[in-house]
Amino acid sequence: MPVTTLNGHEIHVNEEGFLTDPTEWDEELAAALGAQIGITLTDEHWNAIRFLRKDFAETGETPTLRRVSTVGGIPIKQLFVMFPQKPAKKMAYIAGLPKPVGCV
Amino acid sequence: MKKLLVLGAGTAGTMIVNRLRRRLDAGEWDITIVDHDDVHPYQPGFLFLPFGILSNKQITHSRHSYLPDGVNFVIGDVDLVDAATNAVTLTDGRTLGYDYLVIASGTTPRPDQTPGMLGSEWHRSIFEFYTFEGAKALTKALEQFDHGRLVVHITDMPIKCPVAPLEFTFLADAWLRKRGLRDQVEIVYVTPLPGAFTKPIASKALGSMLDDRKVALESDFLVERIDVEKKALVSYDEREVPFDLLVTIPLNMGADFVARSGLGDDLNYVPVDKQTLQSKAHPNIFVVGDASDIPTSKAGSVAHFSVEIFEENFLNHIAGKAMTGAFDGHANCFIETGNGKGLLIDFNYDTEPLTGKFPLPVVGPMDLLKETRANHLGKLAFRWIYWNVLLRGRPIPISTHMSMVGKNPASANPTRPNATPAK
Repeated sequence: MPVTTLNGHEIHVNEEGFLTDPTEWDEELAAALGAQIGITLTDEHWNAIRFLRKDFAETGETPTLRRVSTVGGIPIKQLFVMFPQKPAKKMAYIAGLPKPVGCV
Repeated sequence: MKKLLVLGAGTAGTMIVNRLRRRLDAGEWDITIVDHDDVHPYQPGFLFLPFGILSNKQITHSRHSYLPDGVNFVIGDVDLVDAATNAVTLTDGRTLGYDYLVIASGTTPRPDQTPGMLGSEWHRSIFEFYTFEGAKALTKALEQFDHGRLVVHITDMPIKCPVAPLEFTFLADAWLRKRGLRDQVEIVYVTPLPGAFTKPIASKALGSMLDDRKVALESDFLVERIDVEKKALVSYDEREVPFDLLVTIPLNMGADFVARSGLGDDLNYVPVDKQTLQSKAHPNIFVVGDASDIPTSKAGSVAHFSVEIFEENFLNHIAGKAMTGAFDGHANCFIETGNGKGLLIDFNYDTEPLTGKFPLPVVGPMDLLKETRANHLGKLAFRWIYWNVLLRGRPIPISTHMSMVGKNPASANPTRPNATPAK
């Protein structure tokens, strides 16, 4: 897996730029990852990102949009406003988690 | 007497009771299988109904005629699984106890989950083809459809047979061309995925086949509702796709009794160990076929390969031994592409569908991710194999685990996209 440096953090990423080791993540890195894809993190964004981290720690899976909405309490529509076009992918990217299983 | 109870007499459940009845001593093991009716559909056949390629008779048989002697068949709706007391209650009040439970209740299209889908346009301009009734209704609609916008749409992943919407699109294109109507019809393929399919190499190959057929692709489209007045799909990010004829794949969900019993995730799929298919919560419950949350295709081939692993694991498990078999997520699917041709894809949890050759005894190698007549004939022949070999639990000469023999590795596929961040 390639190693890259972002804002002084050395991180392992996959071919799409997703962190491959969720433990290399911290909140400072999240802000830098957000900036990479043009998103400035507000409280609302943090609410979603922290839910993703917490849910991943509990289940071992990146939650789907449906789950962020039903369990995390953030409506899907709002997620599309906060993380335009590809909210599932963008949230996971900023939260330093694997892409949610889109399934085959 | 020990009791094995199987919920669902579809592809996975039927294979399981056929295989295990031969392996479990009839004096020691009672096997019961439950389903809500006695009609076993050959689900891949639904795709062909609207185009008149298969008839009703070819795709439905009775469930009981595929169940072996020595297996009790109970017709009823499951109300609740009480995993604490090892008992299943049916909605008519009957209770069935078990020592081991197999949940094989599949996944079902749920048009009720998208606002507007089941409204006044349902079966007027909005159709699905994942049920017998739906495919029949669509057959009539297609007969009358001679111009306008045909929209083929996936509500959300995962869906049963994820290649079927593409197949429908290819078949519709060929069918319209044959009737001289293609110039009067605009076809749009609407998907929540970033491209035509889930994995890069297949997505690229299938995407260019949509281009070749002048099918417009609307990607990253997650539907919020259907505007019935305007006859348009409306996404969460407020894009609209108008239609004259909508063929949608409604949200797929596992059985409601799974949710009522507290056994499911947010789509009613039961979380399992992806290698052994054993419930993460209850060691005497296994989940086989589409009903589990394993990250591979919900497809008959997956059910088949996983049943072979399950059979050996289950026999070890009840003998108090470790389960040594590990399912790799192997899937093998023919994709009908119209005009008497088809593609073949073969993949698992770790290896995406690749190009190359798929070795098959007797008939010889089939081309992977490439349109050929042989792949189409393979798809048609599979119906006979399904009814006569697969369901009966007889062996098929295809390896349970995916093999790399004949495949071009991903690094050798020039279509691999560049590494880009999640923009």
